This record gives sequence, structure tokens and C-alpha cells, in this order.
Amino acid sequence: MGSNVTAAWKIHRQGAYFANPCFTQIHPTCIPVSGDHQSKLTLMSESLRNDGRIWVPKKKEDAVAIREGKLKPIDLAEEDRDYYLERRYPAFGNLVPRDVASRAAKERCDEGYGVNTTGEAVFLDFADAIIRYGKEKAHIKGLDENDLSLVQKLGKEIIKAKYGNLFQMYEKIVDQNPYETPMMIYPAVHYTMGGIWVDYNLMTTIPGCFAIGEANFSDHGANRLGASALMQGLADGYFVLPYTIGDYLADDIRTGPISTNLPEFEQAEQRVQAQIDAFMSNKGTKTVDYFHRKLGKIIWNKCGMSRNATGLNEAIQEVKALREEFYKDVFVPGTSDSFNEPLAKALRVADFLELGELFAKDALERAESCGGHFREESQTPEGEALRDDANFTFVSAWEYKGEPSEAKLHKEPLNYENIELKTRSYK
Amino acid sequence: MKLTLKIWRQENATAKGSMHTYSIDDVSPDMSFLEMMDVLNEQLMQQGVDPVAFDHDCREGICGACSMFINGEPHGPDRLVTTCQLHMRKFKDGDTIHIEPFRAKPFPVIKDLVVDRSAFDRIQHAGGFVSVNTSGNTQDANAIPIEKTNADKAFDAAACIGCGACVASCKNASAMLFVSAKVSQYALLPQGQVEATDRVLNMVKQMDEEGFGNCTNTGACEVECPKGISLENIARMNREYLSAKVSG
Ligand code: SF4
Ligand code: FES
Repeated sequence: MGSNVTAAWKIHRQGAYFANPCFTQIHPTCIPVSGDHQSKLTLMSESLRNDGRIWVPKKKEDAVAIREGKLKPIDLAEEDRDYYLERRYPAFGNLVPRDVASRAAKERCDEGYGVNTTGEAVFLDFADAIIRYGKEKAHIKGLDENDLSLVQKLGKEIIKAKYGNLFQMYEKIVDQNPYETPMMIYPAVHYTMGGIWVDYNLMTTIPGCFAIGEANFSDHGANRLGASALMQGLADGYFVLPYTIGDYLADDIRTGPISTNLPEFEQAEQRVQAQIDAFMSNKGTKTVDYFHRKLGKIIWNKCGMSRNATGLNEAIQEVKALREEFYKDVFVPGTSDSFNEPLAKALRVADFLELGELFAKDALERAESCGGHFREESQTPEGEALRDDANFTFVSAWEYKGEPSEAKLHKEPLNYENIELKTRSYK
Repeated sequence: MKLTLKIWRQENATAKGSMHTYSIDDVSPDMSFLEMMDVLNEQLMQQGVDPVAFDHDCREGICGACSMFINGEPHGPDRLVTTCQLHMRKFKDGDTIHIEPFRAKPFPVIKDLVVDRSAFDRIQHAGGFVSVNTSGNTQDANAIPIEKTNADKAFDAAACIGCGACVASCKNASAMLFVSAKVSQYALLPQGQVEATDRVLNMVKQMDEEGFGNCTNTGACEVECPKGISLENIARMNREYLSAKVSG
């Protein structure tokens, strides 16, 4: 099973500090939940917000009618639509940052304006963009700008050239044609800005152990921009590591090969073998997926888009209890010496069950709202995120001490020398 | 939906495999094919049956892992999708679905539906890279002008996800569509010129060593390719190969 946190968590357990786990990016433009079977809320590219307008009905009864299939979104009059991002953030409109767009969608849906059967979806509408592009094209070509069907045809061609692959992907998943009816989207978890703590040379707190790219925390603060994972991979890999790792290894140039017949290797092997044996001999009743899904629900509900102390304390308890149940009652079929997907997954989920608790612990500790981390206790009267720079201008770097509840917090203060800390307004 | 699944079960690379029949109820048309397989496996584990091993990772059509031969076609009946993007609404209530691994000599079965596609990795290692300057004085990529048609064609070729559907659909188990996509994405760009000659020769050599068959221009690969890789790439690779041979 593919997992991009496993390596990071393994070295965390060996002494590498884990930084800022609570900074989680929620992506506003994902395929909404349609049922329990879904393995993934596919991410539609954020580029769609360049041209799509986000809205829900203004009146609750219209939202209900749309949910029940009695009203089509395209039949709802312009004045009955609430383009809530444009309304709340006139300066940035549909292009507000991801955390702001996500929370605004949740706010509308929590109020009962959601537009799909689960009530957790908003519209992303390209109708205006199609007309705008179509008119431009007709104008350039000297054609009739008032011929609606011509304008729509031309506009759709331009939208297709820009977003054709995404529209196709949406249609395959949802079975609706986004050229004709607005897309439905909802926020979903995308990325954690946190990761292994590293110094400016990209070395972790374990001497000689380097972490680059998405595995570390270094380039993002509490939020990130599109494509920054790629940027970080390139920056770390091309420009930083070639200098720093060589510098570190220079002292060992005459060390020669290191034997694998050392106690450290033996202990590592024994540790893994013991874990595998424990899973294989466990006579549990529940599959690994059962625990994985349950963990996901706890984290999403209590350590998701908006968090509060009560929920986080509950999440910590629930994850701990789930972890205990997992070791007692998980069932792993097959054998350990053959290709065994459920076993591989059990080894991964074991790590997730610890990481999840650290997520919640870090989120509880950081009693301010900041970037991808929104604490309900810390907001402005208009419901915007409220930072607390006096108390929280630091990186949280956690040291592993066995149980996640025992993890020790190290604070790395953030000193801004050339810029002044400000709060940006998107109004 | 209720479905009957006939699935290839094979313990390991050397074991003899056979088709097994399972029935599954409560399939929602909105499920992806892999989600249906998840439900089946959950059901099998409850019954104490070893779950069906299958490959998957991204579940959004970008990693190429989800190799399944469904009703005689790689990635099933829909066009321009991978198995993870295939949805159950493409099937009818009561259907019987045959699910097999991708079959080709260079793709040995590891277990059930999982095959070893490391042959593709080795072909990539033979030439799927470019030289870049990492001295810190790297040139701005935008400083090199590239003709739009070439940029588009290189981009289209680079869409290949290495899934192996082209091989599985080919009666000769030829990997030409895959290799030609990988060669083309560099051949069309100035960054690819440094290794151009060696690249095509080495990748083709590796392809032959891995035991992939010859191309007889049947075109099944193009039809089944989830990323719409065009046969034009094969023609381009043949040209590249010829000129490399002549100049080399
Ligand atoms: S050419 Fe198409 S079918 Fe072949 S590996 Fe690439 S994406 Fe898959
Ligand atoms: S699982 Fe990645 S392409 Fe299907």
C-alpha cells in the first residue's frame, strides 16, 4: 500500500522531531462525498477557480428542491443565487486562499444550503466564463456576439482547451456534464504542511539523517500554494542537498563500507519481525480497513476544517482507544512470507493511529487560528481566522516519547528580520 | 446491483492459476471498479477467504498501478480511463464480469491480479532522463523557446503513465507505444537533445532484452491506452532509431 508518511513516521520514532502536524491543507475543490464506499475524494485542480464561480442558492427551500432533484441548478434565477465568496471577499472573490474558500463552503453547507443529496456540496459554475470567452472570440472573429448558441459553442471550445481533462475526469466520476450543468464540489483534506523538522541544511534532529521534499516541514508555514510540493522537491533536491549532504559526508570520506552485522541492524530487523508476527498471530475479528476508515472519520470530524478544544480532546481519547482496539482485534489474513496487501496495510495503519493522535495534540496545543489550522475559539466577529502572534509565533517540533500523548514539545521561535508580521485581508 | 465476478486467482509466480467465481450484491453504480473490489475483499475476509490481490495507488488515473484485464480489455470497457476511473455504471445489474491480470511474458504474475512491471522501470532507467546543470546557475526554462506544436506533442507523450495496457492489449505483447511515448517526450524538446542518440538505442535495446514482442501495426494499443497516446509516437521513435543508427 502506498503511503507517504511511513518513512517520516519511522524516523520520528527513532528521534527525528516532527514539526507542525496540525497545519493541514483542506482543498476546496474536491469531488463531494457520495457514500461510504468512496476510497477517495478526487481533487479537481484549483485552476478551475480561475474561471468557475462558486455559489449556493440564496433560499433554503431552493437548496432543498435541488437536493431532492425537483429543481435544476441552471433553472435558478441569477438573483436567487448566493455567490458567497464574491459577497464576502469582494477583493479576491473566487480566488481567496484554499483555507478561506474551504471554510466558507462548510459554513454555507452547515447552514443548510448544500446542494447534493448529502447536503455537503456547493456549485462551481462555468456558465458565465463560457459566455465571456465566447463573446470575446466572436468579437475577434467578427461574428455575431448576440448569437447565444454560437457564443456558447465558441466559449465551450475555449473552456475545453483550458480544462478539458478535468471536465472529462469530473464527468467520469459524477456522471454529469459540467459544460451543461455546474460542477458540485466540497472541501477535502489534501496535504499536511507539517513534516519532519529539518535545519537549513535539511538535516533532521538525527545527525546524518536528511529529509527532503514533502516529507519535511521546511518550505511551508501554516499554509501553502499550488505546486509548492513540486517547487520544494526541486529546490531541496537540486539546489540544497547537493551541497549540504556532501559537506556532511566529507568527514567520512575514509570511513569505508559499514557492516550490516551490527546490533543496530539486528534490533531494527527484530522490531519489524516482532510487529509482523504480532499481526499474523492476532486472532482478531475486524479488518484493517475498518480501523483505517474509523480513524479517518474521527480526524475529519474533530481535527478537520474547524477545530475546538472539546472536539480535540475527544479525538485524542478516541484515537487512543481505537489504537488499543486495533492491536487487540485486528485480523490480518494470509501469511507473512507471501505477497500480503492487508499485512502491508496493517503496518501502515499502525503508524497512522499514532500520527493521528499527534495531529490532534498539536492542534489542541496551538490555541490560535493560523493558515490551515482553524480554532473556533480564535476567530474575529465576522468568523475569520484570528492569529495570536504574541503567544504562537513558533514552530512546534515534537519529540517522540513512546505514546503520542507523552510527546514532548520543542518550540522553535520564528524571528522575522526583514518583514513585519501582518494579517492579510481578503475583503 | 448484483454481479457475478469471475476472477483469476494465482497464489504466486510459479503456482498454477484458475478462475474463481464470486457473487457480490449491493454494488452502487457510483462506485469505481476498485471500490467494488474493496467491497468484495471485505466480504471475502469476513468469510475467511484470502482477499484478491490487486495493484492500486493514486486511484485517480495518474500512477498507472491498477492493471486489470476486464472482460477482455485492459482497464475494462470504458475509453480513456484506468481501472480506478472506471465506474460500475458501465455495467448492468446481473452482469458477469471476467477479471484477469495483464498477461504478457515480461509481466510475470506476482499474485492474483498483481503483475511485475519492473521491465518498464528498467527501460526507463536505460534512457528516460535528461542532463541538467545543477551548478546553481541553472538556466531559466522559459528562456528556451519551444514551438507550440512540439510542446503540445511532448506534453501529450508525457501523459503516458506506464500502466502497461498497451502491452496487455497487443497480441505480440509489444511495448512500442510505451517506449515511443517515453522517447518522444524528450525527442521533441531541446532539453532532450543531449542524450538523443543513446536514448533511443538504449531504450529499444532494453525493450528487446526484456522480451517484449514486435510491433505489427495492429493499433490495439492506441485504442486501449487510457491516456490517448497516439501511434504517431511509434513512427517518431522509428525515425529517431533509424537516424541514431545511421549517425551512431
Ligand atoms: S502508452 Fe498508454 S497504455 Fe501504454 S503504458 Fe503508456 S499510458 Fe499505458
Ligand atoms: S490507481 Fe493510479 S492509475 Fe489507477
